[in-house]
Amino acid sequence: MNGPRQWVRGLWPKVDMDAWSLVPAALMVALVCASAAAEPPRFNRDVRPILSNHCFACHGFDAHERKAGLRLDVREGATAVMKSGARAIVPGDAGASELMRRITSADAGERMPPVEIHKDLSAEQIEVLRRWIEEGAEYEAHWAYTPLGEVKKPAVGNEAWVANDVDRFVLAKLEARGIAPSPQADRVTLIRRVTLDLTGLPATAEEVDAFVKDQSADAWEKVVDRLLASPHYGERMAAYWLDLVRYADSVGYHGDQEVTVWPYRDYVIKAFNENMPFDRFTRENLAGDLLPESTREQKIASAYNRLGMMTAEGGSQPKDFLARYAADRVRTTSVAWLGSTMGCAECHDHKFDPFTAKDFYSFAAFFADIKEPGVYSGYMEGVWGESLALTTPEQEAELARIDREIMEAERALVTSTPELEAAQRAWEARLAQPTPWRALTATAIETKSGVEFKLLEDGSYLASGPNPGEEIYTFIAETDLPGITALRVELLPDDSLPSKGPGRAGNGNLVLNRIAIRANGQEVTLGSASATHSQAEYLIEHALVDNGQLGWAILPKAGERLAGVFETVGDVGDGGTMRLVITMAQTYGYQHTIGRFRISVTNAPRPVRADTDLADEIAAIVRTPYEERTREQRDKLAEYYRSIAPELGAVRNRLRDLREERKKVERSIRQMPITVATTPREMRVLPRGNWMDETGEVVQPAIPAFLGAVSRTDERLTRLDLANWLTSEDNPLTARVLANRVWYLQFGRGLSDRLDDVGSQGAAPTHPDLLDDLARGFVDSGWDVKALVKRIVMSNTYRQSSQPRPELRQSDPFNRLLARQNRYRLEAEAVRDHALAVSGLLVRTIGGRSVRPYQPKGYYAQLNFPAREYEVDTGDHLYRRGVYTHWQRTFLHPMLKAFDAPSREECAAQRARSNTPLAALTLLNDPTFVEAARIFARRIVTEAGDDPEARATWAYKQALGREPGDEVRAILVEVYREHRAQYEADPAAAMALVNVGASATPAELNVAELAAWTSVARVILNLHEGITRY
Amino acid sequence: MHPYEAHGLRLTRRTFLNSASKGIGAAALWTLLAGQGAARADTKDLWRGVVNPPHVRPRAKRVIHLCMAGGPSHLETLDYKPRLAEMHGQPMPESFTKGQQIAQLQNQELRCFGPQFSFRACGNSGQRISEALPFIGQVADDICIVRSMRTEQINHDPAHTFFNTGTAIPGRPSMGSWILYGLGSEAENLPGFIVMTSVGGGQAQPISSRQWHSGFLPSRFQGVQFHAAGEAVHYVGNPPGVTRGHQADVVSAVGRINALANDHLDDPEIAARIAQYEMAFRMQASVPELLDTSDEPSHILEMYGCTPGDGTFASNCLLARRLAERGVRFIQLYHRGWDHHGGIKGGIRTTAGLVDRGTAALITDLRQRGMLEDTLIIWGGEFGRTPMAQGDGRDHHIQGYSLFLAGAGVRGGMSYGETDELGYSAVVNPVHVRDLHATMLHLLGIDHERLSVPFQGLDVRLTGVEPARVVREVLT
Repeated sequence: MNGPRQWVRGLWPKVDMDAWSLVPAALMVALVCASAAAEPPRFNRDVRPILSNHCFACHGFDAHERKAGLRLDVREGATAVMKSGARAIVPGDAGASELMRRITSADAGERMPPVEIHKDLSAEQIEVLRRWIEEGAEYEAHWAYTPLGEVKKPAVGNEAWVANDVDRFVLAKLEARGIAPSPQADRVTLIRRVTLDLTGLPATAEEVDAFVKDQSADAWEKVVDRLLASPHYGERMAAYWLDLVRYADSVGYHGDQEVTVWPYRDYVIKAFNENMPFDRFTRENLAGDLLPESTREQKIASAYNRLGMMTAEGGSQPKDFLARYAADRVRTTSVAWLGSTMGCAECHDHKFDPFTAKDFYSFAAFFADIKEPGVYSGYMEGVWGESLALTTPEQEAELARIDREIMEAERALVTSTPELEAAQRAWEARLAQPTPWRALTATAIETKSGVEFKLLEDGSYLASGPNPGEEIYTFIAETDLPGITALRVELLPDDSLPSKGPGRAGNGNLVLNRIAIRANGQEVTLGSASATHSQAEYLIEHALVDNGQLGWAILPKAGERLAGVFETVGDVGDGGTMRLVITMAQTYGYQHTIGRFRISVTNAPRPVRADTDLADEIAAIVRTPYEERTREQRDKLAEYYRSIAPELGAVRNRLRDLREERKKVERSIRQMPITVATTPREMRVLPRGNWMDETGEVVQPAIPAFLGAVSRTDERLTRLDLANWLTSEDNPLTARVLANRVWYLQFGRGLSDRLDDVGSQGAAPTHPDLLDDLARGFVDSGWDVKALVKRIVMSNTYRQSSQPRPELRQSDPFNRLLARQNRYRLEAEAVRDHALAVSGLLVRTIGGRSVRPYQPKGYYAQLNFPAREYEVDTGDHLYRRGVYTHWQRTFLHPMLKAFDAPSREECAAQRARSNTPLAALTLLNDPTFVEAARIFARRIVTEAGDDPEARATWAYKQALGREPGDEVRAILVEVYREHRAQYEADPAAAMALVNVGASATPAELNVAELAAWTSVARVILNLHEGITRY
Repeated sequence: MHPYEAHGLRLTRRTFLNSASKGIGAAALWTLLAGQGAARADTKDLWRGVVNPPHVRPRAKRVIHLCMAGGPSHLETLDYKPRLAEMHGQPMPESFTKGQQIAQLQNQELRCFGPQFSFRACGNSGQRISEALPFIGQVADDICIVRSMRTEQINHDPAHTFFNTGTAIPGRPSMGSWILYGLGSEAENLPGFIVMTSVGGGQAQPISSRQWHSGFLPSRFQGVQFHAAGEAVHYVGNPPGVTRGHQADVVSAVGRINALANDHLDDPEIAARIAQYEMAFRMQASVPELLDTSDEPSHILEMYGCTPGDGTFASNCLLARRLAERGVRFIQLYHRGWDHHGGIKGGIRTTAGLVDRGTAALITDLRQRGMLEDTLIIWGGEFGRTPMAQGDGRDHHIQGYSLFLAGAGVRGGMSYGETDELGYSAVVNPVHVRDLHATMLHLLGIDHERLSVPFQGLDVRLTGVEPARVVREVLT
């Protein structure tokens, strides 16, 4: 019989919306209620949906919204004496029931539901309520929340049809109505169906033939076992799971930047393939990081908690987004595991189900220990908070090599030689004398914005006038000093400067981003640099290279004199007059330019260091006569000297480069967000969901109160406690929800129609006992998912034909009785996989980074921060299964989108199945499908003989598993012949067609022939039957 | 029985398919496909919507939403505040800002920032409009300025999502999808909900395709983006080496074989598939035809001031008119360039210069063709900007901002609502985004409380669960 539904004035449930959308509501109501009239109404099946949709919003669970003190969701409330003295429901006496009087009242002011809420009851619904009250108004506990007990298997007449208990439940219902099940589908249909259902791939022509020929009694089971053992089974199951947990390769908010989480996807595939018990899978997802000595894989699993959307938008408030992330986790976890719409309780108690707002925030509190910022930074480096480094073997080898070379260089630096010792002694001798610096007098100092410079008595220059954001000083001077070894830039304070300088920024700071010197037009190579002081992170060395915002800065030494010395690598100048051009780029911005400075040169032997560069300790050693130095002091000084010795300059440069190189490799290592626990944030009930309102009650982690309680003596509950509860005997929801969804994957529709809501607004299951039996068996098997799948597909119910039955058209239009199988379009990923598999292009590698198939140019033009171009992949990456396609949340690949794949911004338990011109355009013209067609054509030409008719037959069978009829073959051959002639006459067009896509075109094949068969292949790959599961 | 059959479609389809498989229908299909340009659709395939008949008398047949993305400053465009000019540079009185949500100006000293443009009284109505929008000023008598808008989301991405779907939680249908679902489309060879974008004049904030997504409604109701670069619609062009004739052969063969397959499959979805392939094939002709503006006279091009197809906002306005003529139900043009955190004076001048003329031309063009009376135009952004300075720009602001409406059933030449003297809060007749949605639906003949779909336990509506009202005061 038909389960009742909640028809809402011309609307329908989400399921199969396209297919249902043309049915007038009144007709649907009539269809549903016609069958309801046959037997006494039952609360869960018939009455609750009416009350829930029409009454509970004001007379239900939400005490804040309850009107007239009346609640109808529990019998005590409904039958109580109200203030008026009346009783809404008088069991057994509809005439005395105020509810009946009000819903049938002719007075619009009295009639319920109030006209303004547009929820009028139909005559049939009123009749259901009347009969239910007449028969005693018995309430039933809501089906989904009752404990999972043992289910009694019904007896059936036709025992021969029962392959397993699944059939018993289905057949019993059918027999009660005198309906026979449908015959088994033909073998071609069967193997296509089960291969698609279990692996998401089409059965190959060989697989079809093998099964058709296999007459052994266990032929079916062998196929099922083979498919369950296939690594593609995990891909198929994962694709569905990834919708639930809204897995994607980008963060979703604002710039929708990329995030590396594909190892989580691979973990899910592997878990399904290895048939990981679902309770363990649950623990690892929610709390992999909390498991004792958690493995790398479990940490990857814990990325579940980090799959939600994240923002890096400037101006976002962390608290705001922390609240969003928390709510998102509640929505996702409650739908994915509990099939419950707890999200509704974010702002108020749930209108229809017994979730309170406190439940919502208590549930959120389980996740309050996840270490995360509300607003992310560091995304340009691909880091999204707490991460796991995904070092590749190549990167590991590279790091090892660099570390080895660093060690070698460091060894050279610590090794003393007689030459070094001699050089050190000479250096010490020179230290007694001050370095002779000669100040340069500028012939000109050029700037873009006309900064004015005044030469002071001490040879320094003071800037005034325009104070630009950025500037480049070009200091031009002449000198005849021969053999210049170093140049010194002194930064000097001055009262006229902000904070006394030496910079012109408000705080006296400056940033020297880059210094360069030309001598008589020749670039002078600078060696090492030293300073009397560098600001943290803004080191003098930065001035030697182009390094973005970085440069030499001076805080906190505003108002003091500083000096920086740059050694030249070679001696500069031969004693003749030489023109020096010194450019000092100060491009940090915000007026971080130099206010007063003096530039000097010297030809003192290297090393030349900034004058007070010697740490006190080193200076003291130098002052100590050699003989009086301790061994330790000698070593210390020698070590210091080696760190500045010009003889070791090359080694030091090498070391610097190596360290840079190491950083670069480190940056190239992908960072995957994972869960790391920290001290839990305080979690409050947010009144009306408003994150700025801090008046709400502080809550602790807890499961929804009406489902019981998890208690630990002293400690706060954790995500692990939540995971354990989700798959415990105390929680009947997870097993029912999962069994229903696995059923959906094999029938295209759940036993309960609503995969995302088992609450009172959901749909009662058509076969509640079957659902409970599947769920019970699932738990008892140790949460064995493969066993559950196998149980379903081994049934005769599953193996029925999906052919519509005219005699059931009136009584069971939506096949609720399961008197046949269902038929529906393949999911987006499978549509892609189908074309690639049939053509032979499919690359069946399991796992790995996400891939980028062809995509229209400019599709990402609306993205920014950063702006980006989609980079099409190459080679095998172009031909991977759809489950591996790069999932850009805000701009999902148009092919996936055209076939209803969700954006994965939110948890999605069920996809629509639409049929649109955009889908047709995609299959016809997307280069992926055109390339598949031409590669398919190559197979047709090379593998199917020479006869066009034989080729057409072969090709059709490759795609659809069966041979075409004469008429179909004639159409295919007709396309071939006409296009063969046309492409013969237009070789350029033929050449263009057979070169679509990146794969090679064999030169030895006739191009017109190949092009014509490409047309035929396009026809075949566009057929409705090919993208439909029958 | 399949729902399609319940609808009575079955008979016509079976007849068609039976004849098709005997070769008669095939010939008819062939004629259809090979016909010149875009043949007429089988009108039975058109989605007629669930609001049929309308709940109230419809005034608008279609909506053109000119989305000024980034958040235009109301203080430099549509809401003149002389008091703010007087207060320029002075601290913002705390009474205005205390406890309010602030974006990038968090924890900073708040100072008043005077309007950067003077305003002029425009048209017979004398509405005050910024000198930055001289062309819009010329159509002042056609537009109704709402100066008391309020929204709930202060960052771009959630604010757009809120403006388009009525909630900041992703996954809900956008308003264009709701309208398409409610009313269907009159466009026979084009999608009923089309989106175009342009850029320039300020920081180009990203725009997510979520903004025109159908959410939990089927994808047939989603907006289709027309692209300025490359193919206008994804996959609308034939593959290389495939002529229209070749494509017709392929589509025809697919249809004929599908029809034959139906003999043993008995699947009503096949009829829909065939119809969608026919529609796809017609779109392959109708989209280029739409974009071919060679039939536009020079005075029209002059009015818009653009080279058609150059990707500018003005060019998109011209295309919007062509789409409106072809029966497209909801047309959304985004101009990404109104996020003026700094340099607002120059920024607004540039951005306004890019959208002003096209906007006014579109209104004038529609009026001249008699189409303004059944076209609703909405011009505005996802939020406004602070009266306080952010350097020499303004930060995001949600307590009060402006937009304007024009066309079908809207009273031109009036202003509605007011912000306070500094332009901070909408204080007189506030209009929430939900009220705007309710008003828009009302003009289209839809009672916003009666257009809903059950989703995750809730009857979801564009206007959500909070009260929303039709702003009747702005209607004729």
